[in-house]
Formats: sequence, structure tokens, C-alpha cells
Amino acid sequence: MLKVDSIKKGIVIDHITAGMGYEIFTELKLDEVEYTTALIRNVSSRKYGKKDLIKIDNVVDLDLDMLGLLDPNITLVIIEGEKVVDKIKLSLPNEVKGILNCKNPRCVSTIEHIDDITFYLANEENREYRCEYCDAPYYPKRK
Amino acid sequence: MIKGRHIIEPTDLSVNEIDQLSTLASRIKSNPEKYLDALKGNLLATLFYEPSTRTRFSFEAAMLRLGGQTIGFSEPNSSSVSKGESIADTIRTIGCYADITVMRHPKEGAPKLASKRSNIPVINAGDGGHQHPTQTLTDLHTIKSLKGTMSNNVIGFCGDLKFGRTVHSLVKALSRYENITFIFISPPELAIPIYIKDILSNHKIIELNSMEDILPKLDILYMTRIQKERFFNEEEYLRLKGYFVLTKKKLELAKKDMIIMHPLPRVDEIHTNVDNDPRAVYFQQAKYGMFIRMALILKLLKGDNHA
Repeated sequence: MLKVDSIKKGIVIDHITAGMGYEIFTELKLDEVEYTTALIRNVSSRKYGKKDLIKIDNVVDLDLDMLGLLDPNITLVIIEGEKVVDKIKLSLPNEVKGILNCKNPRCVSTIEHIDDITFYLANEENREYRCEYCDAPYYPKRK
Repeated sequence: MIKGRHIIEPTDLSVNEIDQLSTLASRIKSNPEKYLDALKGNLLATLFYEPSTRTRFSFEAAMLRLGGQTIGFSEPNSSSVSKGESIADTIRTIGCYADITVMRHPKEGAPKLASKRSNIPVINAGDGGHQHPTQTLTDLHTIKSLKGTMSNNVIGFCGDLKFGRTVHSLVKALSRYENITFIFISPPELAIPIYIKDILSNHKIIELNSMEDILPKLDILYMTRIQKERFFNEEEYLRLKGYFVLTKKKLELAKKDMIIMHPLPRVDEIHTNVDNDPRAVYFQQAKYGMFIRMALILKLLKGDNHA
């Protein structure tokens, strides 16, 4: 059994869909930080069979919309004094701002510089978002 | 309160507000002299980034008939846009001169972007194949004036339902009324998009490839042209443009009180031998369009304190 030291004060990103851990790790730029982090892949899970897990031994601000978009299965576990003080279950955000770019070639965002495009969740089941400007659908990739 | 708002899509106005505008448009139509100086001293800017005569003339005529004046451009090459100016900068500058602006743009969402950067009301006069709210107001006002109500009608939409923004906007607006049956008549290549059908989950929808069988059941037939500029390939355009032409003979199948609407310009989807039929209301529709635009501009600038 792999042994990873427990966290004193920080966050565990739990229930990451197996295989998504590395993408989330690099998306959060955890490969560039100097404090202690751990990416553990293919951990046995009663609920999902297998899961990935990230441990961050530091207080960090996470973009929950971006995380929810990447993997709505995630649970954030907040640790203080080596104890769990809170758990946050993520879901697909109702809207995301400044994260996605519209792929519709007829959209105004292809000719104007807009860095705060909002996409609205139109259909949760299909993971379908729509651009606020042109209403074109956008499907965040599913692993 | 409509005053000071942006009108980017039909649903920016509630059913009640549309009703108020329609009532005001009817008042203006019956007594235009009363409104001759209603907007004296006000300036409308028309920013047309792609060609349009009807919509631009309709807005300009509306403003002039209310005693206001207009400035603007009718193609981007004659403006700072040709020097690479952004929409955001153009609208901020125009806001220093004019009291209200109308924008047509080939890119979808351009008027919405403008509205976010503008300190004066922005009216979308068509953004690519996306929305055209004042055409929708025109259509709703025409239906209300000639059929009495939007609800309880069987409405056929015929032609280019894939790219036709007038159809998309009108369907979206009509989805808020009760008991409407939507009949979509088009070749499969130009069928109504799924995201528009999704809006109509509380209404009856029928999709057909021909108009003959359904004509006797329609209260309103909304015809559209197959727009050449929406095609990349001329061969494809020529193959499809002859589809679904309304002729005097086909019209014999229709109800006596059905109305035929069309956003214009017509190419050959309605034969000219239909024009004199009392059910052909598409030229009246253009006039209703001017009056509803008058009502809209008046409400956006003066609220309820108009003449």
C-alpha cells in the first residue's frame, strides 16, 4: 500500500474520475508549486471502482467553476490541524465566465477581444453549455 | 419600464410590454400627426455593418416621423470600422453623439457585445443568422392587428428555417403564448434547428417537406426566402431555392381568412400572382414594422411620458 503523509492544513481533491487526475493537477499548475502536493492515481474506490486523488498541503484558492467543469464528480475535503473540517461536493456550474471560448466561427467573439465570455448550462444531462453571445452549444470534454 | 433598455432579442420584452408597444403602434398609426414632434431634438445612430435597405429605411423613417434625426453608416467600409476599430470602441464613441442606436452586424452576438459597452440603448437590427427582434415585433404586431391574438393559431413556417433568423426570433417569441401549433415546412437541409424546437416543449410541433397537405389547416403562413448569402456553394443554392413556392393555385387550398406573411425581400418563393389576394399581407407587414419601430424608439427614449 502506497503511503502518503497526511495534510496539516490544506485540501484533498477527492473522487476525481480515474484518468483525470493528471489533467487537473496540471490545470491547477500544481506541477509548478514549491509546497507539498501529491497526485495519486487509480486509488480503489467503493463508489467508483477507481478514482484519482490530489493532496495539497497548503491553503490555496481553487476555481470551483473550472474544477466542476473538468470533473463534476469531485469532492473537496478541507483539512485543518490534520482533521477534516469541511467537504464540498462539486457539480456542473450553472454558468462559467472567462474559462471557455466559443467555437462558432460566426460568433462575435471570433473578431473582438472578449476575455469574460459567459457560458450558461443549457442541459445538464448532455453537459451542454451555450455561449451568451451567439447561443452556440459547447460541450466540455467528458473523459 | 422599457425606457433606457437594450433590445437584443425578442424575449428582452415581456408579453405585456410587447402588448403595450403594439397598442402604442396602433395609436400612432391612427393618429400620426400627434407624434410628429415627439422626439424632436433626439438623434438615432444606425450602425449597419452589412447591407440592408428595408430595416434601415424602416428605422430611419420611424425616427424621422417622430420628429427626430438620424446619423450612421450603411456599410462598414465608409466608417472607422475599415480602419480596424472594435465594436466596443465604435459604440462608446457613438454614445457621445446619439441618444439611441440601431446595429446590424454579420457576426452573431455583436449587438449584445455593443450593449455591454454602451451608455445609450442598443437595438439589434439583425446579427447574422441569430436574432432580429424588431422583425419579430413587426410580425407579432401584424398578427395581433390582423388576427386579434397570438394565441390559438396554427402557424406554418415555410422555406429556409435553418438560417432564417426572422423565423428563429419569431418562434422564440411565440413560444410564450398559449395553444399555438407550429408547422415547420422545409427541405431537410434547411430544417429548423433542434435548439429552437427545444424551446417549444409545451407546444405542438409538426415538421413537413411540403405545404399542400397542411395549407387548409393554417391560420397564418409565414414564408421565407432561401438566402443566397448563407450558402458557400452556388450549386446548392440553385438546387434549393425553387422549393416550396406559394402560387395562386396552391392558395386555393387555404382558409379564406388565412394570412400570408413574409419578412421581405421576396425572391420567387411567393409567385407575384398571389400579391393581389387579400390574404397576402406582406407589404402591409412592412408598414406595421415602421409603426412598431416608432413605438419602440419612443418608449426606449421617453418611457411612458410620450405625446
